[in-house]
Amino acid sequence: MSETYIARSSAIAARMLAGEMMVMNSTDSTFFTLNEVATAIWQAADGRTPLREIVRNSVCEQFDVDPEQAQADAEQFVAELSTHGILLVADHPLEAL
Amino acid sequence: MTAAVVKHTCVVEIGGIPVSLGTESEGFRDLLRQRYSGFLSSSRPDYELDFQLMEWGTVSDDDVRVRREDRQWWIERGDFCARWDPNSGKGWVKQTPNPYSLDSMLRILHSLILAGRGGFLLHAASAICDGRAYLLSGVSGAGKTTMTRLAPSGISVLTDEISYVRPSASGYSAYGTPFAGELAKAGENCTAPVSALFFLEKGPENRIDEILPADAVRRLMRNILFFAEDRELVEKLLATACDFVAGVPIRRLTFYPDARVWDTIRTFEVEPAHV
Repeated sequence: MSETYIARSSAIAARMLAGEMMVMNSTDSTFFTLNEVATAIWQAADGRTPLREIVRNSVCEQFDVDPEQAQADAEQFVAELSTHGILLVADHPLEAL
Repeated sequence: MTAAVVKHTCVVEIGGIPVSLGTESEGFRDLLRQRYSGFLSSSRPDYELDFQLMEWGTVSDDDVRVRREDRQWWIERGDFCARWDPNSGKGWVKQTPNPYSLDSMLRILHSLILAGRGGFLLHAASAICDGRAYLLSGVSGAGKTTMTRLAPSGISVLTDEISYVRPSASGYSAYGTPFAGELAKAGENCTAPVSALFFLEKGPENRIDEILPADAVRRLMRNILFFAEDRELVEKLLATACDFVAGVPIRRLTFYPDARVWDTIRTFEVEPAHV
């Protein structure tokens, strides 16, 4: 089974406020607010840890969620943010940004 | 023998930031003086822009692009292009004598200056009431111009379209701007500490509701005028927005369009936090 690796884009600005992560793309000014689970994935997106491991360690162990559902939600979240250039996605480890 | 070229200048001070605007055209100088008559200044300019006029037929519909290259800002839109060096404070603009291009160029310049100084231009009306400034933000049609038209005497309208916000000793201050919306009238050239930011919605009654901090940042960022594709400034802007939300009351103001809404604003007080 191939792995998915994710890394935060260098073209974004992010800031935590009142428990929510706010992320802005500096190239097109799109703006996102991440919930707790999405923030956990975002913070763990170091380009070296497979998404499956991030979901297991940063989501399933910290939140009361079904593992299969958590993996599906994480893949959807990653796909959405990658289309906006917020996250970089690859099937191999990415350079730390 | 060639005739000496005479450069005409005038200093336009918006938000307490004097900018010298230079041109070889007397007609364009007169346009500058007329358009920014309430904001002309004798202060020594912090920044300088030289205008070179183009023929009317040279414009296109291209969208604005603002990017930093070789330490200079490259500002380009279909109806003007400009280079501006933030270190020397000097730059030039090529445009037609169109006053709307002129306004746009100045707004972009001030948005860049403000972003570096912890301030911003906001798509909002603003007014001073009892020595306190209120920002009234919202999309087109939300009621910015309506609110300024409803302002009773004694209230100084700073703008009905683009608000100018800078950090100050008391938190943040709002300044008048010459950038008008439907009101087609420049704001008053004065300033006051920002007391609150209201996001406008029309409704059957006047009421003020809380907005969660993250929602406030989202709404604020959506309404800040910012054009630069530049990570450093975007980071600063996001930090400024979070700081503003942490320090200034931000609420949703549902209003019925008559003058009583200003009583609602005038009597707005922030409830003290429960200990």
